[in-house]
Amino acid sequence: MLASLAGDAQSYRVLLDDVAKHLRGYFLRRLADAYRGDADDLVQETLLALHTRRQTYEPDRPFTAWLHAIARYKLIDHFRRNRIRATVPLDDAEDLFAQDSSDAAADRMDVDRLLKTIPEKSRDLIYRTKIEGQSIAEVAQSTGLSESLVKVSIHRGLKAIAAKLRGQAADDDK
Amino acid sequence: MTTNDLIERLASELKPVSRKAVIRRIGIGLGISAVASAILMWSWLGMRPDLMTAAGTMAFWTKFAYTLALAVGGAWAIKRIAYPLGSIRISLVVMGTAVAIIAALAFAQLAMSPRDHYMPMMKGHTITVCTFNIVVLSLPLLFGCFWILRGLAPTRLTVAGTAAGLAAGSIAALIYSFHCDESAMPFIAIWYTLGVLSSALIGAIAGRFVLRW
Repeated sequence: MLASLAGDAQSYRVLLDDVAKHLRGYFLRRLADAYRGDADDLVQETLLALHTRRQTYEPDRPFTAWLHAIARYKLIDHFRRNRIRATVPLDDAEDLFAQDSSDAAADRMDVDRLLKTIPEKSRDLIYRTKIEGQSIAEVAQSTGLSESLVKVSIHRGLKAIAAKLRGQAADDDK
Repeated sequence: MTTNDLIERLASELKPVSRKAVIRRIGIGLGISAVASAILMWSWLGMRPDLMTAAGTMAFWTKFAYTLALAVGGAWAIKRIAYPLGSIRISLVVMGTAVAIIAALAFAQLAMSPRDHYMPMMKGHTITVCTFNIVVLSLPLLFGCFWILRGLAPTRLTVAGTAAGLAAGSIAALIYSFHCDESAMPFIAIWYTLGVLSSALIGAIAGRFVLRW
């Protein structure tokens, strides 16, 4: 580049050749598939800008940084001109978001707290059917109770919990 | 045209570039537009008639030093932003310091004056035109600054426009100080500074569109 600034056409040609190859890769990597065809235009525009603005290259600074600043400007200008906005479908980005498990944990604590307030027998039955997901028949078999008895005590337990919740809500209202 | 043709053409028309080319361009641009702005001031407003007596006063030179400091900071900002990746932070610090000093002077002057002088010192007798005149005088300079930057490579256009506006506004303020016969520091601190800032705002808004390359 220094030789080019001094007017050495031969080294300038070599430089532009290298730069053009490098820029092609640079733009291809940064353009979406639909705009791949613009890469060559951008290369030419950048070469032209490099040429007409070569006086802004400061010899004591790295050449690549200067070149990339111009290439980046041209790329952004291209985006602006064509109103391109980079978008990613939200579904694909799901694992980018942190999962918030505090709600689930709080729910579990609430359930445990409520279950502790009802008799141990229905608590165990409710836990097995509603939380572990066993069927009434399975629970009846393993506890040796009849199915209808299981159902009744689950029903009573839930009713007691519901009454507690209502009471709590009424307390909160006061 | 293929890229190879373009390279061939560019290489064949290559001319040596002086290392001082940027400075020279800034000098030419600011020089010509400052002369244009000065002529505008001369023919439209005229020099202050008491220039010779005023040149012996402290107020005149304080005003001169303040606007000159801003002008140097502004011109420096143009040079800095003209390069890719340029930043005008240092110039902003320089100009901010100048504003801080003039503000301190203004407060000192107010503190030493009786209370019923406060408003006259801030309003002067040209309050209605001062800021407006500075902005008008800055327009030729703004064109000059845009011309300078359009030939160079600013990569942040709004910032570059702001730099152009700051330089244009402060040089215009410098030129205007040869017409304006206000001498109270509070007046200078408020209305001159406001003129420079208005010009900077115009530059910032226009920069995005005017300075594209």
